[in-house]
Amino acid sequence: MGYVGQRLIQAVFVLWVVATLCFLMFRLMPGDPTLNYIDTSMTEEQRQNMLVAFGLDQPLYVQYLIYLKNLLRGELGNSFLQGRPVLELVLEALPLTVALTLSALIVAYIFGVIAGAFLAWKRGSLTEGVAIPLVLATRAAPEFWLGMILLAIFAFGYGWFPSGGAASAGAEYGSEWERLFSLDFLYHLLLPALALAVYLQGLPLLLMRSTMLEVMQDEFVTMARMKGLSEWTIVIRHAARNALLPVATAFALGIGGSVGGNVVVETVFSWPGLGRMLVTAVQGSDYPLAQGAFLIIAAVLVLMNLVADLLYGWLDPRVSHGRKG
Amino acid sequence: MAPARPSAWRTASGQIGRVLRIASRDWFALAGTLIYLALILVAIFADRIATHDPSEILYTGRYRIARNLPMSWDHLLGTTHGGRDIFSQLVYGSRSAVVVGLTAAFCVAAIGTLLGLLSGFFRGWVDTVVMRLADVVLGLPFLPFVIVLAALTRPGTATIVFSVAVLLWPNTARVIRSQVLTVRERAFVEAARVTGCSTWRILFVHVAPSILPLSFLYGSIAVGWAILTEASASFLGFGDPSVISWGGMLQDAYASQAMGRGAYNWFIPPGLCIVLVVLAGFFISRGYEEILFPKLRS
Repeated sequence: MGYVGQRLIQAVFVLWVVATLCFLMFRLMPGDPTLNYIDTSMTEEQRQNMLVAFGLDQPLYVQYLIYLKNLLRGELGNSFLQGRPVLELVLEALPLTVALTLSALIVAYIFGVIAGAFLAWKRGSLTEGVAIPLVLATRAAPEFWLGMILLAIFAFGYGWFPSGGAASAGAEYGSEWERLFSLDFLYHLLLPALALAVYLQGLPLLLMRSTMLEVMQDEFVTMARMKGLSEWTIVIRHAARNALLPVATAFALGIGGSVGGNVVVETVFSWPGLGRMLVTAVQGSDYPLAQGAFLIIAAVLVLMNLVADLLYGWLDPRVSHGRKG
Repeated sequence: MAPARPSAWRTASGQIGRVLRIASRDWFALAGTLIYLALILVAIFADRIATHDPSEILYTGRYRIARNLPMSWDHLLGTTHGGRDIFSQLVYGSRSAVVVGLTAAFCVAAIGTLLGLLSGFFRGWVDTVVMRLADVVLGLPFLPFVIVLAALTRPGTATIVFSVAVLLWPNTARVIRSQVLTVRERAFVEAARVTGCSTWRILFVHVAPSILPLSFLYGSIAVGWAILTEASASFLGFGDPSVISWGGMLQDAYASQAMGRGAYNWFIPPGLCIVLVVLAGFFISRGYEEILFPKLRS
């Protein structure tokens, strides 16, 4: 069946368990599930219709089967605060979260890779002694706190950037693409992406540094030295290329991780993405929306874990996945 | 390094002693240990150090709430928008950090160690079940899970500690498992088996002590994660409102527009405290790692 097939089945299995957990969390909580799941402002008839539509008049295992069937068809119910299909709302928020995550990750990884390679080269110097604790400190800082500092300085202090949201009031665009690439959008994106990037750059930096240190002791680097290649060529052409491997995997994992972890940054900057949607839905007891947002975030995470694993095997042929080669 | 039949617990205590001695050699580990020590002391003597009651609303005159006062000798870090003393809140916040950090770290280390031990030692179906469970947990988004759980049960410290424990054990378990896989093949385990020790005795008396330092390592990392998670959850409004915590202080500052007023004295100190404590965990684990995996030292 091969490694890819096995890994795919595992991902589907994990998704199924997460979906089941989600079902149990939202249905088996104390209290009447209809109170949680169905809007209290509905008329009795509407309520009965909803009950039947979601199978809430059936025993639990039937409800579970209906839930799975609905999930497979992309049917996530209606948000009760906004009255629109959850899937539609979630798919509207997803591009904003992806834009924030990707721009922050790209900046963070470019900076991290370069700075990490630099620090590996500067091993044992004063620069390293100061930089490493500093980098660790950015990893230890809560993201929302970094966001608050940036807001206080650049949005409220100097007034250079807007204090929240993803668009100026009254802005309208012909299409989603036009919006995501408009100057106004980038202007709003900059501060939240920066806050996220400051938090995210530590991992690629430390990874790059430690793998560089490892690679620099490898035989092929010694070989390159013996061939008389310049230090620069050795670092860039030989060492860095091999050291990039774990960084690429971490990048894929980073996408999955930050789509869920963005929750606080999106809240600080009122960024209308998935994370903030989840928080407001949970706070407003909008359970269908909360469940939908949670499931999508989990699906992205599982998918990116899968991509990271496959990417690693593809980039590094030495990983033979248990098969004797 | 092991004699023919070392007393397993003596080697364990020896290793713990070694772990403690690292502090005197490694600058990072020393700094981390000192920060932890300071945190615990401040938490214990919080009522002596604090200058005011942290939840009392202070007044400057009759009916005039002491809002947003700047730093002064009376109020070392000024006051909040609600008229409470920031320095005293900061001092009391250390208590919640200690409670959350230590209980969560203990739970993570205990669950991770136990499951790692079982799956590495028994292998077979136990191993399969534990590792698939770990896969599932790694597929749960961290903060969203904490939020949903807090919303569906009761927001509060216990929920946060519980979710941190449920979500963070897989890393510990995986590392412990792979360590157990090598330890169980070692001569002293074989010797114990030959002399007729029961399986459980071999597991807990002979194998477990040799992996305890790893549990400490992962426990010390979990302290920081737990405090960060608690801060994030409190900031989002899912913490226990009756407990003063650094995350809760930041939420209060954010909600009262402290950034707009440039009240750096309000929102900088709690964040710095979180950074220091989490950093201490990183420093200590770095020091331990170099001792536990000497290959990294070069």
